[in-house]
Amino acid sequence: MTTDLGMPALGGLDLVPAADGPQKAKDYTSDQEVRWCPGCGDYAVLAAVRSFLPTLSIRRENTVFVSGIGCSSRFPYYLDTYGMHSIHGRAPAIATGLAVSRPDLSVFVVTGDGDALSIGGNHLIHALRRNVNMTILLFNNRIYGLTKGQYSPTSEVGKVTKSTPLGSVDHPFDPVALALGAGATFVGRAMDSDRKGLSAVLEAAARHRGSALVEIYQDCPIFNDGSFDVLRRPDDAESRVITVRHGEPVTFGTDGRWAVVRRGFDLDVAPTAEVAPEDVVVHDATDAGLAYALARLTGQDLGHAVFGVLRQVQRSTYDDLSRAQVQQAVESGDADLGALLHGSDPWTVRDGVVTTAAAR
Amino acid sequence: MATTVNPGTAPQRRDRVVIRFAGDSGDGMQLTGDRFTAEAAAFGNDLATLPNFPAEIRAPHGTLAGVSSFQLHFADHDILTPGDRPDVLVAMNPAALKANVGDLPAGGVLIVDTDEFTPRNLAKVGYATSPLDDASLEPFTVHEVAMTSLTTAALEPLGIGKKDAERSKNMFALGLLAWMYGRPTEGTERWLRDRFARRPEIAEANVLAFRTGHAYGETTEAFAVTFEVAPAVLPDGTYRQVSGNTALAYGLVAAARRAGLPLFLGSYPITPASDILHELSRLKRFGVTTFQAEDEIAGIGAALGAAYGGALGVTTTSGPGLSLKSEAVGLAVMTELPLLVVDVQRGGPSTGLPTKTEQADLLQAVFGRNGEAPVPVVAPSSPADAFDVAVDAARIALTYRTPVLLLSDGAIANGSEPWRVPEEDDLPDLTVEFAAAPNGPDGRFLPYARDPETLARPWAVPGTPGLEHRIGGLEKADETGDISYEPANHERMVRLRQAKVDGIAVPDLEVDDPTGDAPVLVLGWGSTAGPIGAAVRRLRTAGHRVARAHLRHLVPLPGNTEAVLRSYRTVVVPEMNLGQLAFLLQGRFAVPVESETKVAGLPFGAAELAARLTPYVTKEQVTA
Ligand code: SF4
Repeated sequence: MTTDLGMPALGGLDLVPAADGPQKAKDYTSDQEVRWCPGCGDYAVLAAVRSFLPTLSIRRENTVFVSGIGCSSRFPYYLDTYGMHSIHGRAPAIATGLAVSRPDLSVFVVTGDGDALSIGGNHLIHALRRNVNMTILLFNNRIYGLTKGQYSPTSEVGKVTKSTPLGSVDHPFDPVALALGAGATFVGRAMDSDRKGLSAVLEAAARHRGSALVEIYQDCPIFNDGSFDVLRRPDDAESRVITVRHGEPVTFGTDGRWAVVRRGFDLDVAPTAEVAPEDVVVHDATDAGLAYALARLTGQDLGHAVFGVLRQVQRSTYDDLSRAQVQQAVESGDADLGALLHGSDPWTVRDGVVTTAAAR
Repeated sequence: MATTVNPGTAPQRRDRVVIRFAGDSGDGMQLTGDRFTAEAAAFGNDLATLPNFPAEIRAPHGTLAGVSSFQLHFADHDILTPGDRPDVLVAMNPAALKANVGDLPAGGVLIVDTDEFTPRNLAKVGYATSPLDDASLEPFTVHEVAMTSLTTAALEPLGIGKKDAERSKNMFALGLLAWMYGRPTEGTERWLRDRFARRPEIAEANVLAFRTGHAYGETTEAFAVTFEVAPAVLPDGTYRQVSGNTALAYGLVAAARRAGLPLFLGSYPITPASDILHELSRLKRFGVTTFQAEDEIAGIGAALGAAYGGALGVTTTSGPGLSLKSEAVGLAVMTELPLLVVDVQRGGPSTGLPTKTEQADLLQAVFGRNGEAPVPVVAPSSPADAFDVAVDAARIALTYRTPVLLLSDGAIANGSEPWRVPEEDDLPDLTVEFAAAPNGPDGRFLPYARDPETLARPWAVPGTPGLEHRIGGLEKADETGDISYEPANHERMVRLRQAKVDGIAVPDLEVDDPTGDAPVLVLGWGSTAGPIGAAVRRLRTAGHRVARAHLRHLVPLPGNTEAVLRSYRTVVVPEMNLGQLAFLLQGRFAVPVESETKVAGLPFGAAELAARLTPYVTKEQVTA
């Protein structure tokens, strides 16, 4: 829907009541014992989320985490906010109902690669296309952890797992490309261990009005150990990790050794020294084509991986428009239940006498 | 209107009449039937209707598969069913004749559009010669009317296209019937002008076709006799005609209003439930939000999300959709949030018979979830009753913090009848209180601490300071709601959830047993109420002692159910499935129950059911 309702451009948190005073990570920590495996990447994300939430300066009780099923979906239990650990794949649908009916809440969805992209794929793409005001944290460990090690819809081709002893023949999704294809207005990516980068993307996502998808590369040391190590070891990361910032040229590596340049409709990487400065791609988060090309630059072999806010644009949200329609109708003041129930042609019976509309 | 040309004969009185309009799906028979129904209602008759149409939107023209019909029973007294066999059959083409003439009793009135009886149309349905030319229609009073050409001739001065002119022939038929039964005409003309407000030339064409049909009756010798069905003197009150889907939608709106909550509908289009979505989407002024979801699961998911946020959450569907929603219903059981799940049953299994009626989702509603997942189940008995049952379902959901399954069906959804409109103040007060403060020791909030009376847990909506808590599908520790895998805790929680549903307050089963000593009880649920009532009336008129009772609450059953069942020598349960309520009652109470079933996609007829019940009452009469 592109109808301009003349509504002010709102931020993602503008209708959420502000906190009375400063908050700390401790305030957001629940009394529940965290039960992920030792070394799980989820711990780092939890720590980052606990410390970034206070920076939003909104009331804790107006913060809701809705999750699906999977290791990461235990997340809500560990935060002292409102939360619902729901059923497999359906968190975006539940969050949609909540966000539409409660504009005063900041709604987060916590999901994984199996939860969001396999069983819940339909809900994810529809939430993104509708642009419901919610922030989706997609923990991608490229494996099924909770069910003990089957390949997932982001596992690379050839992956040997419990259910693919001869190697997976399934082609993976790229969650960022999928989200862009679904019309997402905010798509970002971060690494579990990169507290600073992760917090920055999460904060931008939470402040975005509309559906924001943040893919978080997350290590599962038990079933997919070291799957993102090439992006963590400084030597490898040097030529692979690309972090984009809106309005800045896309260069990476020590002292910006590498630059992203255009090749036809795609992007490529070249040594910065060999590229004319004007040929270095400047990141524009509103450029849909560029966002998709950046997504394609991230291969399943992680030859390169793009982090940061890949896309952010303003588009009216489903929940705002839906509420506006209801509010407008309510304000028209014509909510006479008696008139509704009686309809246009009622008749009466009194002491055996029938009086009909026709008789009147 | 023109003055009456045939004033000679006074109208003949009839106490009740059944009319069936039948034609091609493109002939507008549903609309014609709806309009006649509205006129009968505006005249103050009691009435009941049965639309019967194919699932295809436009089945091949002129074929048996494409026949659509609408049956209307109207009377000067209270009636219970749409009628078994029509007194008047309007057949707009050979296919409609062939599909319906078998139901017309000898002496019945048959009105056919002769223009459609072309060799090609006759051949399509396997008539070698026209039945209008042989003896097959002799038992009937046949009126051969060239409706199509009379309509197009009358509409010629309007200069509209041939297609549009021909399409108005259903209004000709309606006008003719309006004449025959002395129906007021202003309402239909007003309605046509409203409906086609954006295309005034079409509105005028339809009005003219309607008047032409009416005038044809007035001036044609064959229609000199007209009939009169006086208004029905029902109990005092204000009435309107209402369909089941509309009544249900209104019940939801009224319930939300009485609860002081916004109404949120999450739904995916499905026959025959979609009209509830359509109706509610037009009622935004009552604070109603409708969300057309990407699928059935998202529909209930969003409704549950809204309920978590403090709305009256509702999802509407039919059988296949209920299958898809099962897991989410289980989540609502576990999270103990109020939620209404409406299943407008249709013929199954699988896609089944989308536009036909059946009651075969009962056991799915009662048991169709993994684990021990008790859910209250309620069912309306007629279109108007859907209003009260929707309000009652909301009462149960809000009071006990539980999902509630409401089982309507195709006959209720699309059928209509007079409804005594309630006053808003007479509706139950459904006010709910959200939890506002911690309820545990040391200022802790215990989301699974229970009300000692209802066993309901607190409804603590996000945004309430100090009550932050987590819920979900994993087993909950008693009171704290923390995750718990403790054997004893699971045992306790399973039994608590069951005890909560078992303890829901429902009124006792009322038995209608005029002689007080009937040996046979006929027990029904859902839309079989009408046929059972009509069949029992016939049996009583024939001198049999027979009692009847009807279940609105299937889970939990009324407290006196077992006692009632045991107090009759024979209990017969007629249902439109293979005996699901009978199975439930026998399993629950170990009492013998006789099952009378029908799964034809159509309701029981009154005579049909009376015949099925007769052996039970005669046997008992002999042994008594
Ligand atoms: S299985 Fe993997 S993803 Fe799950 S908790 Fe353990 S380490 Fe984390």
